[in-house]
Amino acid sequence: MFGSIDPLLLLASLMVAATPIMLAAIGELVVERSGVLNLGVEGMMITGSIVGFIAAIMTGSPWLGFIAAAFGGAAMALLFGMLTQLLMSNQVATGLALTLFGLGLAALMGQGYLGVKAPSFPDWDIPLLGDIPIIGPIVFQHDPMVYVGLTIVAGVWFFLNKTRAGLVLRAVGENHEAAHALGYHVVRVRLLAIMFGGACAGLGGAYLSIVRVPTYADSLTAGAGWIALAIVVFASWKPGRLLLGAYIFGGMTVLQLNLQAAGLPLLDVLPWIFGVIAVLILIWGITVSRSLSNNLITIVASFASFAVLASGYRALGWSFNDQLWLSASPYIATIVVLVIISAGGAPGSLGKTFHASR
Amino acid sequence: MHNLYDNSIAGAAMIKLEKRPQPSQFWSLAAPIVAVMLTMIFGAALFAALGKPPIEALGKIFWEPLFGEFNFFYLPQLLIKGAPLVAIALGLSLGFKAGVWNIGAEGQYIIGALCGAGVALALYPMEARWLIFPAMLIAGAFGGFAWAMIPGLLRVKFGTNEILVSLMLVYVAEQLLASMALGLMKNPDGFGFPGSRNLSQYSSASSWIDQSNGMHWGVVIALIGVIFAYTLFAKHILGFQIKLAGQAPRAAAFSGVSPARLVLFCLGTSGALAGLAGLTEVAGPAGLVSIDFNVGYGFTAIIVAFLGRLHPVGILFAGALMALTYIGGDVAQSSLGLPGAAIQVFQGMLLFFLLGVDVLTNYRVSMKQGSVA
Repeated sequence: MFGSIDPLLLLASLMVAATPIMLAAIGELVVERSGVLNLGVEGMMITGSIVGFIAAIMTGSPWLGFIAAAFGGAAMALLFGMLTQLLMSNQVATGLALTLFGLGLAALMGQGYLGVKAPSFPDWDIPLLGDIPIIGPIVFQHDPMVYVGLTIVAGVWFFLNKTRAGLVLRAVGENHEAAHALGYHVVRVRLLAIMFGGACAGLGGAYLSIVRVPTYADSLTAGAGWIALAIVVFASWKPGRLLLGAYIFGGMTVLQLNLQAAGLPLLDVLPWIFGVIAVLILIWGITVSRSLSNNLITIVASFASFAVLASGYRALGWSFNDQLWLSASPYIATIVVLVIISAGGAPGSLGKTFHASR
Repeated sequence: MHNLYDNSIAGAAMIKLEKRPQPSQFWSLAAPIVAVMLTMIFGAALFAALGKPPIEALGKIFWEPLFGEFNFFYLPQLLIKGAPLVAIALGLSLGFKAGVWNIGAEGQYIIGALCGAGVALALYPMEARWLIFPAMLIAGAFGGFAWAMIPGLLRVKFGTNEILVSLMLVYVAEQLLASMALGLMKNPDGFGFPGSRNLSQYSSASSWIDQSNGMHWGVVIALIGVIFAYTLFAKHILGFQIKLAGQAPRAAAFSGVSPARLVLFCLGTSGALAGLAGLTEVAGPAGLVSIDFNVGYGFTAIIVAFLGRLHPVGILFAGALMALTYIGGDVAQSSLGLPGAAIQVFQGMLLFFLLGVDVLTNYRVSMKQGSVA
């Protein structure tokens, strides 16, 4: 059925496709675990992508580009941090402002750089590991930033679960009043977390402009920052699940691009995709959560009916705009994922303004 | 001891913020004005950094369109650019008051335009304005409403975050628009050019009332919207419930306000208003369904809503001001070569300053002489 699509290449490009969103999402995960909701990921990402791109062009070194992007993202995040933490502004509104401001700033800075090509960032052919058949090309023959991203995710997991500082950060996020009463510096912890989040978003953006595309365009991020926010929810604020979420998403992106390139009629595979999702959710419901809530049944039933509808539509032989639905699929899939995973697990103080009144 | 430092402004431990028992009336009105002035100062610095004469640039943006030599040309533009901003921001303000964050107005705007234009294009070249234009309005409002109901129903039924869903739907709507403008709605007599038939030249579908003065049905809808929203908040129980749900969700729930109904009302109304704004734009100033007829009003309206303090009359003024920055930005672009993106930065800066200055509305700054441990 997938005749013209090489599964090996698909899996190999999956890791690259997942990296920018993974970077942005892991930063936002830390921010949200500290109890702050920063909706400005998209703005910080696009700023990082242009700052990193300019620095890489000027110096000729992609590495310096990434470093500059991290600083650029962190600087934008600091703006958000000062407003929300020191001036107690509404986090949702300030995050939106950060996105609008970042998109404008990037467009302004990027004027002379449209269509310029980034300096090359060669893949890192790891000796020995890279030579393993099948696994080698899939896992061990990517550019170094793929592994930097994975290291950051592992580091965040270690930090949150195994270090004292991580415990403090989580305490601040779960209950800022209690953490404050215990003598922790709520605002200081949060400002640091916010800046880390900005730096990661900046790296993610720069990965798009320096490696993935590799050029700068005004709509470069195209919602990647928002998808990163959705992946944090999907991950229930856990680094391990975030990795899974980013890879599932990267896989879908790659599959979509491949389907588009292969010119395979989408309507032929759509009923199968819906059917498989329905069965997977059903199995997940039975085995993992061990209960079938009404919502879960509704979701499974709707996927089953989507499958039936799609095959019915196909049988009717009506026209179907493959390109439209494939291009829209990452966004629709994100919505679907958000609907399925609306589980709890959010940090207790998420999005609430903290003010030490006493 | 440390709690004194925690919320004091960067390093100066002597300045302390105390929460006001009631938001300050004075600062509630003064904050937007101070924010605009701060934005002008920092904007001027930005223009200077871009190598443009700062005072002249500000003059081109804020003075030239209103009082300049060619203001007869620019003043109608104020209505054209202000109307969609005001209409969308009014809808958004309902939700923002109640803690319902619809940030996908841009998508609802596009879908409203597509639905309304679809009606007109399907009936072309029938001459029956009494039928076609009202049908377009209904279709446009319904399109925006339906698109906003997706995040609304998902939030009510599954507890899905409406911020992310409404935003994702903007990208879906943009894909749909591209596919329509290049496919189904493409002008069959257009010699292969992308875009639909020109609706503003189709007398049964045009939303113009008086083109030379910038008057079109979108302006009427925005003004009706202001009156509607003002009455809602001043006279109607629903307006009170919206405010209550935002300020004290628990109290609202205990007093029998149905959160689900409020979510659907806020999202549905803002979607319908955005849809109407999109339709009147596409059948008037924009003229036709093209791949980029939308210019981001749905996002700028977020700034308008906050700048107008989520108050209908405030939104009217804020919409006019924001429209002025669009027009003035064009003037400065053509006369001084100021990049268009600089205006986007300028608008973003305005929202930042507003949110920052707003601290004075809710907190009192007090100078404390060294505290007692």
